[in-house]
Amino acid sequence: MSGFVLVLIFLVAVGFFFLSRQKALLASDGVLASLHSRPDYHGLYSFLLSMLSGLVTFIICTILALNPLLSLLIAVIAGLVSGLNITANTRARNKSEKIVTGILFGCAGVAVLTTIGIVLSLVFETFNFFDSIGWRVDKFLFGPRWSPLSGLQDGVIDPDRVGIMPLLLGTAMITGIAMLIATPIGLFAAIYLSEFASLRLRGWIKPMMEVLAGIPTVVYGFFAAITVAPLLRETGGLFGVNVASESALAAGIVIGIMIIPSISSLADDVINSVPQSLRDGSYALGATQAETVRQVVLPAALPGIFSALLLGVSRAVGETMVVVMAAGQGANLTINPLEAVTTVTVQIVMLITGDTDASTAAGPAFSLAFTLFCLTLFLNILAMRFVRKYREVYE
Amino acid sequence: MIDMTELSKKHRSPQAAARLHKRNAAQKRLKYYGILAISLSGLALAILLWSVLGKSAGALTEYQIQMEITLDAELIDRDNIERADFSQLSKDMLSNRFPFVNGRTERRGLFDIISSGAAYELRDLVAKNPNWVGQTIPFDFLASDIADLYFKGAYGQIEPITHRGALTIQRDGESLAFSSSDADFAPLLGNVRARLLARANDHRIEAALQENGRRVFNERGDFVEAAKRKNNRDFELAQAEALEALAAQPDGVFELDQFTASIFLKLGQVWVRVETISSNAGTGKILGDIANGVWEASDWQLLIYNSPPITRKVSDVQAILLETLREQGKVSSGINRHFFTSGDSREPELAGIWGAAVGSFWTMLVTIIFAFFIGVPAAIYLEEFARDNKFTRLVEININNLAAVPSIVFGLLGLSVFIGFMGMQRSSPIVGGMVLGIMTLPVIIIAARAAIKAVPPSIRDGALALGASDLQVSMHHVLPLSMPGILTGTILGMARALGETAPLIMIGMVAFIVDIPDGPTNNATVLPVQIFRWADFPERAFEARTAAAIMVLLAFLFTMNLTAILLRKRFERRW
Repeated sequence: MSGFVLVLIFLVAVGFFFLSRQKALLASDGVLASLHSRPDYHGLYSFLLSMLSGLVTFIICTILALNPLLSLLIAVIAGLVSGLNITANTRARNKSEKIVTGILFGCAGVAVLTTIGIVLSLVFETFNFFDSIGWRVDKFLFGPRWSPLSGLQDGVIDPDRVGIMPLLLGTAMITGIAMLIATPIGLFAAIYLSEFASLRLRGWIKPMMEVLAGIPTVVYGFFAAITVAPLLRETGGLFGVNVASESALAAGIVIGIMIIPSISSLADDVINSVPQSLRDGSYALGATQAETVRQVVLPAALPGIFSALLLGVSRAVGETMVVVMAAGQGANLTINPLEAVTTVTVQIVMLITGDTDASTAAGPAFSLAFTLFCLTLFLNILAMRFVRKYREVYE
Repeated sequence: MIDMTELSKKHRSPQAAARLHKRNAAQKRLKYYGILAISLSGLALAILLWSVLGKSAGALTEYQIQMEITLDAELIDRDNIERADFSQLSKDMLSNRFPFVNGRTERRGLFDIISSGAAYELRDLVAKNPNWVGQTIPFDFLASDIADLYFKGAYGQIEPITHRGALTIQRDGESLAFSSSDADFAPLLGNVRARLLARANDHRIEAALQENGRRVFNERGDFVEAAKRKNNRDFELAQAEALEALAAQPDGVFELDQFTASIFLKLGQVWVRVETISSNAGTGKILGDIANGVWEASDWQLLIYNSPPITRKVSDVQAILLETLREQGKVSSGINRHFFTSGDSREPELAGIWGAAVGSFWTMLVTIIFAFFIGVPAAIYLEEFARDNKFTRLVEININNLAAVPSIVFGLLGLSVFIGFMGMQRSSPIVGGMVLGIMTLPVIIIAARAAIKAVPPSIRDGALALGASDLQVSMHHVLPLSMPGILTGTILGMARALGETAPLIMIGMVAFIVDIPDGPTNNATVLPVQIFRWADFPERAFEARTAAAIMVLLAFLFTMNLTAILLRKRFERRW
């Protein structure tokens, strides 16, 4: 029904486009130049007016549960009003351009609306959740035990069981392993690409990095679970070390591989933007290429590299599929990377997809997501601040 | 004045040479580190693709077993074919074909060699040809996942072993005692002994663990627990010794069990599964049509199935049945039709990606409408019309931050706003598409802004000089010129959205959906989520299907990326 009404509104608006265009042509008495706006703009104005008023009333009708046909009526009236007022002097172009600019403005506002939507939906549930644990936010942030849904009675959550410390530690460990892999490989690759590689070689390596960056996370997850984890387990077995089949190491390594291209391409851009004159100056003083890189280029590019690393960290922290498929599910307070740990994202997925009543599971899940959102937002702002503060400005 | 000869002497001193050598070495090192880093990432990519590709090979073909089935007119109502129990009909056909299979487990194994979906395919075929009822027709039954994997060699193979002696047999009902004039079975005993010793070794390892436990508990002073461990240890040791003693017998009679390799005799066309064996004699169970089968001791073959039954899903009886069918030329393979045309299923051989692919299509359609038709106007506004005020800066900060928000958070946004607040349908492509659209929006806005920014001001100035309004400049000149860049960015953003999994899991697109969705409001799943689900299934046949689904997804992504690159190359303009 409502889809049908929407199509009707659109058809009505298109109809008014042609009617108004015709009316403008008639009003011109055959001399097009006598019109203020070209006939198409008259048509466009009627179309926009009819369409927009129809859509707005349609949304209002949906919210108030009124008959959607009302919006069709409004669309017809708006179209008629705009059509009847057409004279040779109507400034239809200016009016319709104003409307179009308004629409463009509205589209730009969607980005803000999204953020507001995210924050509101997360904050609302988080607020409810904190309320249900008696505002023991300290226990939430620093408690050592995470099993919010065990031993539930009538959906009342025990504040002693919602400590996210093990999740944060698990996330930190996996992120740490990932960064240990991705930082040296990504940076050395970037240095090689921007300072040593020939143009032809670059033409090969860049697409390879793009392929690596374009592989979906679920594929990395499959890779981690089916190839890397058993490999680590067997290797550990050879040395008599017991490696959990869902070890933090496997997930960390694969996430590390995953973020190599983003670090290397960001760092590559930053290193490339260091002016050639700095390098030339260094060479002129007799420095080798390596010395120039170490003592001139890298210090100049440091803020950008730091922000590239921070973005890598924020990707690793928010990564979901690899850890869901390859890391553990039980909250386990450990610092041994060979054991199974769990992360914030894994717990969100488990809570939302689990069997527990959605309204009970939503509280912890949204609070975790809010924590995650704040964490990545903080990292992102930190990266931007850092770049702005320490960036060297070259002519 | 500096004495230049002194200076150059200094530069030629051995110390200077050593310094220079060191500096050059550092230079080389840095270069090698770079090459190493790039090779490592290339290696990682190669291993990833290779492991997925290697695993996906098994999902490309499927096996069919052709058998005659009698469409009994008494069981099938010609006017109501859909109601007939084709599943039972197929089972009866199998029982009649292999009357020697008896016993609950073995009969279930017999029914398990064809897919449970084969009966439905037979039903649909008969429904199309109702005049077949009452006839006996050959039908290609889809092999079950176990049979399929067996034919593909995933469980190893039955291999013949040469023998020299003549066989004498003595039949007693279904069991058979046999002996060879030569010590033909001696080489097999080595295999059996090795298995026994391996098992003994397992017990010894367990005993060592128990011994460890005993020591630890002793040190802790928990003597009750320690005594328990000691008992366990002694038990394990006794087991190990018993097995070793058995293995040490020079011509003992060994019992074959599920830990040892399976041994078969083939007399003509009748199979015998060997149960006990010594170097020149043994007993076994006849698995074959004794009444009608051609079988004699003079034409005998000795076979071994090296993987013990415990390590494979296909039982000895099933393996024999499948071998028999293969010998009769009933088994054929072809391209895996089901994989490319069906929806999801719990049976690996029936599961396909078509449902997920269609779901992905609807989701992407919603995503592109949402992201493109909001993202591009937003970019135009921000680049062409926005004044530098608070709102503009707010929008910019928002866009940059949204690009860094973890995707799972967008899923929760969709869950609470679209499903919770607006009451839209769970698991539907329209919700999934909108969530992915919101996620892709910043990517498209950033790409579109860059493309719009690249259009030189002279174009704008020229248009303005000819009397165009601001909007006309943007719409008639800037937008068309920046379109290739915008499209490139959009395709890249869509490629990212196509591979996205986590947010869709949040909005319930992980549900088990068999039907192919016919619109954006039907329940659906998408390719990456399908991969995630299959990766979780325990059946081994799903591993190959998961890998194959990944290959399909990667093929789509590479095509999209390639299109973007070609588009960029073809339309890229340097002003």
